[in-house]
Amino acid sequence: MNDLQTMIWKEWRDFLWSGGRSDLLRPLLNIAVLGIILPLSFSQSWINLESTPVLIVVFTPFMFVILIISDAIAGERERHTLETLLASRISDRAILLSKVLVTVGYNWMMTLFCLLLGDVVVNLSQRPGQFEFYKPISLFAVVLVLCFLTTLLAASGGVLISLKSVTVRQASQTMLLGLIILGLAITTVVKLLPPGLTASLTTPQMVLIIMLVLVVLDMILLVATLLSFQRSRLILS
Amino acid sequence: MPESIIHTEHLCRLFGTIKAVDDLSMDVPAGIVFGFLGPNGAGKTTTIHLLLGLLEPTQGQIRVMGFDTRSQADEIRNRSGALLEFSGLYERMSAEDNLDLYGRIYRMAEPERKARAKELLTHLDLWERRKEKVGNWSRGMKQKIAIARALFHHPPLVFLDEPTAGLDPIAAAALHADLTSLVANEGVTVFLNTHNLAEAEKLCAKVGVIRNGKLLTIGSPDELRLRNGGHKVEIIGKGFNENTLTLLRARPEVRQAEFQNGCLRIELNGENKIGPLVTLIVQSGAEIEDIARGGESLEDLFLTLMQEENQ
Repeated sequence: MNDLQTMIWKEWRDFLWSGGRSDLLRPLLNIAVLGIILPLSFSQSWINLESTPVLIVVFTPFMFVILIISDAIAGERERHTLETLLASRISDRAILLSKVLVTVGYNWMMTLFCLLLGDVVVNLSQRPGQFEFYKPISLFAVVLVLCFLTTLLAASGGVLISLKSVTVRQASQTMLLGLIILGLAITTVVKLLPPGLTASLTTPQMVLIIMLVLVVLDMILLVATLLSFQRSRLILS
Repeated sequence: MPESIIHTEHLCRLFGTIKAVDDLSMDVPAGIVFGFLGPNGAGKTTTIHLLLGLLEPTQGQIRVMGFDTRSQADEIRNRSGALLEFSGLYERMSAEDNLDLYGRIYRMAEPERKARAKELLTHLDLWERRKEKVGNWSRGMKQKIAIARALFHHPPLVFLDEPTAGLDPIAAAALHADLTSLVANEGVTVFLNTHNLAEAEKLCAKVGVIRNGKLLTIGSPDELRLRNGGHKVEIIGKGFNENTLTLLRARPEVRQAEFQNGCLRIELNGENKIGPLVTLIVQSGAEIEDIARGGESLEDLFLTLMQEENQ
């Protein structure tokens, strides 16, 4: 646990918050898009958690993770910090999990903050003096869980790709290709499903199935990432 | 003879068909600076990677501090410090944070980390700049911090790969003094990869010369000089003349005698005593001021070894 805490501290200082003004850009952009602009444009349907806002809320952090995660291992390799880290006593697991946890934790917390801010923004713009929270609240909880699972999917897949890429550019390109393939795969699977199947399922059942699929994918990617992390292979590349 | 802190036996490492390290057998005693010399691509960095357990050997055995690199690499990395080819600093982090990170990695308590950072940064004259991001620093300053990081947790064994690269002569001299003091006072062993032969000559109690992955020679600089150039004698004085040379060349123990840069250079056949030759020179009317045996520098020796290997 101590190693993991150390590496989380390092990721925080190096990757997210080193104390400079430029570090504010990323969170401010995130807050502006997901916490102000989108809630204002969707207004009441944002609070009602209709299908489009839900999709946006679930996939925006996913996209933010995709944008930054390619730097995880490939960036350290390019900046020659990885070799020194590998020559220390720190465990492989701590190096990898810290990258996944910090990325997921940061983006999930940021999404939660943006959702709460979005609620305030919509309430202030629609009905000053009155306050209405997201409804139904169960769907709000589901959205948060889905956000967590999709962010974890992007982070663990991203670290796996970054691990196997020599440069950040190569990692970004592979990530983009992976995203296109993922999109095509989802569309194909949905089309291949028997027509009556989706109609026969209730919304909670469908959400549960989606969550289960995401959990399985997350686990597969996390395990694959941990198995792929080999000091000698990283040193050679 | 001190105990070996590093022991390798018939160590080989292949990259495809290229032998980066080829049948390397050596012992490095504890508590010395060991210089590993060789031209670019000789296999020096690969050897450090093998010793740290970052790469698996294709063949052979390695024990570092008594631990096998194949099965106990964690123990080795836990007890050693390393400055590899690049400084490996996190450029968005401050100098203080870079050191603190490695203190945390080696599980030092916070007060100990703070005290050690202050000690090292003050010693390096960088205490006032500890909050600055190292990305804005010069290469030499980064190198200083990287060396401090390798020594931060008081490891008994330190691997340094070209540590003086990028350092100005004053900083390099200060590092030499620090390494000497570290070895003398704390018993630390330093495994030093270097191209800088003057540095190796000054610091190392033992050196190994490697080329194309093969260890060409190993020993103390004096031993190597004796082994390779010990049969040479350089005599400084006045009044040397052709008669001196003729007399010397007539002696069976003299292989060659010549004047070079105002000195008389004699190459002997085997390890003969030079007393009779000195008498001969004096009798020829010359005046001797100084005699140096095995007058080759480590650099001469290194170049000779490289030429022999080429042939």
